[in-house]
Amino acid sequence: MSATIILRDQEFEIKAGQTVRSALSKLEIPNEAVLATREGELITDDEIIERNDVIKLISVISGG
Amino acid sequence: MRQHKLGLCKTHFLEWLPQQTERFITKYKMFSRADKVLVAVSGGKDSLALWDILNEAGYQADGLYIGLGIEGEQNYSERSLRFSQRFAEARGLKLHTVDIQREYGSSIPEIAERTPKGDEKPCAVCGVSKRNIMNRVARQHGYDVLATGHNLDDEAAVLFSNTMHWLGNYLQRQSPVLEAAHPGLVRKVKPLFRFYERETAAYALLRGIDYIYEECPFSVGAKSIYYKEILNRMEADRPGAKLIFYLSFLRARETGLFAEPQRTTGELSTCPNCGQPTASPDLCAFCRMVAA
Repeated sequence: MSATIILRDQEFEIKAGQTVRSALSKLEIPNEAVLATREGELITDDEIIERNDVIKLISVISGG
Repeated sequence: MRQHKLGLCKTHFLEWLPQQTERFITKYKMFSRADKVLVAVSGGKDSLALWDILNEAGYQADGLYIGLGIEGEQNYSERSLRFSQRFAEARGLKLHTVDIQREYGSSIPEIAERTPKGDEKPCAVCGVSKRNIMNRVARQHGYDVLATGHNLDDEAAVLFSNTMHWLGNYLQRQSPVLEAAHPGLVRKVKPLFRFYERETAAYALLRGIDYIYEECPFSVGAKSIYYKEILNRMEADRPGAKLIFYLSFLRARETGLFAEPQRTTGELSTCPNCGQPTASPDLCAFCRMVAA
């Protein structure tokens, strides 16, 4: 019952059946700093991650 | 959007963000549809989202892209120019481009290497150069106002930095609307200043705006990103913390918390080289850097 979260060139295996917010929290990725997408579609932090999902994170912090 | 206690579907989010932008443009008296607006675009999510919103809302908004000559592994400047050009071409919009290397003989990293301002990173040199060029192009082409894509996270990070160092003059001046305090200066506005970075990114994605995901290679380790990360940790614990921080500052400033700066704009002189207003009695900071 696992799924995958991808952030840039990093891949994390996570448990399915939890929300995006919960998964990000466990991975210590601040949810304010990313947007989550599944199959190219934006999903909210409350979305439940299903088995075999591949969640791609898009970093939103810019600056310099 | 926990800070607003609001959850919207795609359709309603894509209505909400432009409507709110319009509301803030009006509330803060930024500009009207009779004004010619020059949007400073970098090829990133914020500036292209802003240009998209203004264009869709029927404002007279042209773009300005400044080529900084920054390469890095991704050939950053070349790629960001292409994103800006593709955006403009797809919508039939006018994009002014200024290539610093071509016009001034050196790229931003090269100018930074020659000047004390660029000791560690070229970011300060880049900021001075962009401000000079944006103002020059806006004046040359008769624009009434210059709009930048700064979002709430950008503004809160600057405020955090200014507060950490108690930079009174900067705190006094930090505002979503910078009036033209000199005949040689163009008004500057930040119509997206009330939106979180996450919201402008979501808008760009949902609208299908193709923007450059990569950041400027010099932004790695930037203090502004460090401050944003700190503020985001606060936001995670207290939704709305960033918004309250910035809006409370604006209210405090309006009610006179900060004293007027010592220097007045009447003391600005004109740069003998580029003709732009400067606090220096001789060449402006940009011309000094280019000539170094």
